[in-house]
Amino acid sequence: MSQNAENVLDHFELFRQPEYKKMLEDKKKNFENPVAEAELERVREWTKTPEYQEKNFAREALTVNPAKACQPLGAVFAAVGFESTLPFVHGSQGCVAYYRSHFSRHFKEPSSCVSSSMTEDAAVFGGLNNMIDGLANSYSLYKPKMISVSTTCMAEVIGDDLNAFIKNAKEKGSVPADFDVPFAHTPAFVGSHITGYDNVMKGIFEHFWDGKAGTAPKLERQPNGKINFIGGFDGYTVGNLREVKRILDLMGVEHTILGDNSDVWDTPADGEFRMYDGGTTLEEAANSLHAIATISMQEYCTEKTLPYIKSKGHEVAAFNHPVGVEATDKFLMEVSRLTGKPIPAALAKERGRLVDAIADSSAHIHGKKFAIYGDPDLCYGLAGFLMELGAEPVHVLATNGGKAWEEKMKALLASSPFGKNCHVYPGKDLWHMRSLLFTEPVDFLIGNTYGKYLERDTGTPLIRIGFPVFDRHHHHRYPVWGYQGGMNVLVWILDKIFDEIDRNTNVPAKTDFSFDIIR
Amino acid sequence: MSLATAEKLEDIKARNKEVIAEVLEAYPDKFAKRRSKHIGTFEEGKPDCGVKSNIKSIPGVMTIRGCAYAGSKGVVWGPIKDMIHISHGPVGCGQYSWAARRNYYIGTTGVDTFVTMQFTSDFQEKDIVFGGDKKLAKIMDEIQELFPLNKGITVQSECPIGLIGDDIEAVSKAKSKEYGGKTIVPVRCEGFRGVSQSLGHHIANDAIRDWVFDKQDGKAARFEQTPYDVAIIGDYNIGGDAWSSRILLEEMGLRVIAQWSGDGSIAELEATPKAKLNVLHCYRSMNYISRHMEEKFGIPWVEYNFFGPSKIAESLRRIAGHFDDKIKEGAERVIAKYQPLMDAVIAKYRARLEGKKVMLFVGGLRPRHVIGAYEDLGMEVVGTGYEFGHNDDYQRTTHYVKDGTLIYDDVTGYEFEKFVEKIQPDLVGSGIKEKYVFQKMGVPFRQMHSWDYSGPYHGYDGFAIFARDMDMAINAPVWKLAKTPWN
Repeated sequence: MSQNAENVLDHFELFRQPEYKKMLEDKKKNFENPVAEAELERVREWTKTPEYQEKNFAREALTVNPAKACQPLGAVFAAVGFESTLPFVHGSQGCVAYYRSHFSRHFKEPSSCVSSSMTEDAAVFGGLNNMIDGLANSYSLYKPKMISVSTTCMAEVIGDDLNAFIKNAKEKGSVPADFDVPFAHTPAFVGSHITGYDNVMKGIFEHFWDGKAGTAPKLERQPNGKINFIGGFDGYTVGNLREVKRILDLMGVEHTILGDNSDVWDTPADGEFRMYDGGTTLEEAANSLHAIATISMQEYCTEKTLPYIKSKGHEVAAFNHPVGVEATDKFLMEVSRLTGKPIPAALAKERGRLVDAIADSSAHIHGKKFAIYGDPDLCYGLAGFLMELGAEPVHVLATNGGKAWEEKMKALLASSPFGKNCHVYPGKDLWHMRSLLFTEPVDFLIGNTYGKYLERDTGTPLIRIGFPVFDRHHHHRYPVWGYQGGMNVLVWILDKIFDEIDRNTNVPAKTDFSFDIIR
Repeated sequence: MSLATAEKLEDIKARNKEVIAEVLEAYPDKFAKRRSKHIGTFEEGKPDCGVKSNIKSIPGVMTIRGCAYAGSKGVVWGPIKDMIHISHGPVGCGQYSWAARRNYYIGTTGVDTFVTMQFTSDFQEKDIVFGGDKKLAKIMDEIQELFPLNKGITVQSECPIGLIGDDIEAVSKAKSKEYGGKTIVPVRCEGFRGVSQSLGHHIANDAIRDWVFDKQDGKAARFEQTPYDVAIIGDYNIGGDAWSSRILLEEMGLRVIAQWSGDGSIAELEATPKAKLNVLHCYRSMNYISRHMEEKFGIPWVEYNFFGPSKIAESLRRIAGHFDDKIKEGAERVIAKYQPLMDAVIAKYRARLEGKKVMLFVGGLRPRHVIGAYEDLGMEVVGTGYEFGHNDDYQRTTHYVKDGTLIYDDVTGYEFEKFVEKIQPDLVGSGIKEKYVFQKMGVPFRQMHSWDYSGPYHGYDGFAIFARDMDMAINAPVWKLAKTPWN
């Protein structure tokens, strides 16, 4: 018996004790009908070969370890960015349990969202009654100022009509006639979570600007000189949106952050649970029509929203999750151009500090090879920053990246000598990436938590940047945008590089001559 | 037994009544009436907990429940390590449940073992319109090509499959034939079926019966049988629970021939009808297959509880009761062996936890099974409820709870917050969706599905961790910091 009260052994120690090792070996040998060790080794080695890679890349139907989620997740992400808004997902209830868990595991925060809990009878007769009853219950219990309705694949397959259902529910008195219930169809079998974000954002603006589904007059645009800002689906939303506000305030730019979920996913522990906190007010959402311009920080999260806003007469600009000096420069210069406000000296100083930090450290990053995967915009932003640091992106993969993204990535990589050996993989998954890391190894991998399996299998050190990050805490509180955000990303990359050098040089009398105290 | 003195008990019941009335008031009338049937106070001597269960959740509330897919893929099938489980449909379901349940296993992931991987057919619009059967067939071919050491495939249906009329059974049969009788199991666990995870467990159990057992009829065991062969049923090896249980069964002289389904393999599933006794931990999710094996193969089954020394000892003796004196003596030997460890754990933690009140809301067996472990530490459970329990769970719960315990079935987020606000427990044990709500409120919390990334909690080794974890939750210095000192 190894367990003891004084020094309680956790799972990672307990099951390495001799009595457990023997038990597990016996279990395998006697009852599991295991694959012979030699055969296991043969296949394991075979999965590392170019031959295997060829078969792996020939896949047409099977997806293994994708780096994307479904539309409804993005729908919830967008909805909670509005003041006291309850996301209401029309369809099966298990989906909502999944979205809530997923966000809570990333942000370490509560995630509030309801379902219309459709079951077999709704599959046959449609979910109208679920909508009628569901809106009434949500409104009574959770006292939202707005309910944002989206769908699961079940409701989409049976063809439920949200517009008609919501009208019907209002007629039945589920919520007051003038209560805001914007909606968006978000089928899980189209696009990914970034598509769902896009659809819900567009749905909310259409609701406020275009006459609330025929129940109010359309708003008439009267430009007021402000600018709108949309962050997109972003695991760093808490840190990033606050940083953007700080920057825009420094510039004296009157602005509205649309879909500001930075507070609801960062509430204090002070004895009170805040189901809602912060967010874009409904008034701001409506009045954002009058802005002169709208900036999207993630082009591929706003593919429908931004053209819609443009059609209202806004000047629009889209970025690709800008990280680093030049990307931030472009962002600030665009804000300055749109608003006529100069970029203040304080920001120039922040820029100088980031440049200084890069100069101090670039010798350790220069020429290092990287693989990156994640959402299309994030991949773009990170690849740009890596090349700025003198690092070489080698594989860039976005499961939810399309043809347009591929072209744009290639153009970016072609713009720098550091991008010349890089390949772009739209629509591929992390099992493809596994092959790539074996056949064309890199020094570091950048990706979300699931990248740890690639790190384990291929030995490529993982720098966790992306969504979701479940197994490291609180990084979402730090910005990756702005010069300060660039500093954070730089430090995360450097920390891993230095940790790896130390790890590779710490064997006494063998490698520790390089175990330097100063680097 | 009672929670306190007779006089205080009356107060407790009055308080429960008051808080129940309070939460029901917030609902529209029709739903206040429906919810009222799911909330109550346990009355000593009653045959159940006085609440209705296993009924549809009401729309528009924050139910904590999941779906049939979660019950099948997430719970029953997912941990079978040498099979590949296809999340069949759009990408999300498999993504959100990817490696999230901590079903520990030994194996080379991606080569001969596949638990913490996400295999999905990633349905696109064209698959919905034209059907996904051809794609499914191709997926099976690609699996055979790229993962040749897999020992079988299951098809875990997501919502669209049943709605678009795909014939996954036909595809599975055809491919099984093509691959020389390979085990390929279609599972009709679409998320809209039933009212919770529970139907998914049942469907998954039935799929094992129909697509695994029925193929095995008459086949000999791969090993020499002994009179002491048992199978662990309904332990998902979360944080290693099944391992810290197995070791006790083996130490008492039994031989565990199969684990269902944590760290389980298809060979173990196939061998289970050779067991002399099935020992069942999670009754809710695997009573179906246990009953089937009893009826078809004459294998008796016995429920047990490996949370906390009192229930472990009781359970070891109950299991031993099915065997000869050698095993009975073995049980006593095991109990005696671990007694000093248990004494030391209780000596260390009981004083720090004595009298602390706990509210639970979990799934499966835990709303009742963990109560004894808390009581071993001098704590009392003052409220409990099941995410997806049935009436037989609430009947079994009467053996665990005390008079006056607040009972809430399929609790909604709103109700749970109000109950905790009013009752002010020292600890809440529930899931990830609830964790941060209560921590914001300043209430210590432990996740009782994933063991909050700790565990194991089963067995004697697990109890030491359980006690340490409850202590560190309740007695963490952080809770004193929640209020500003200046007002």
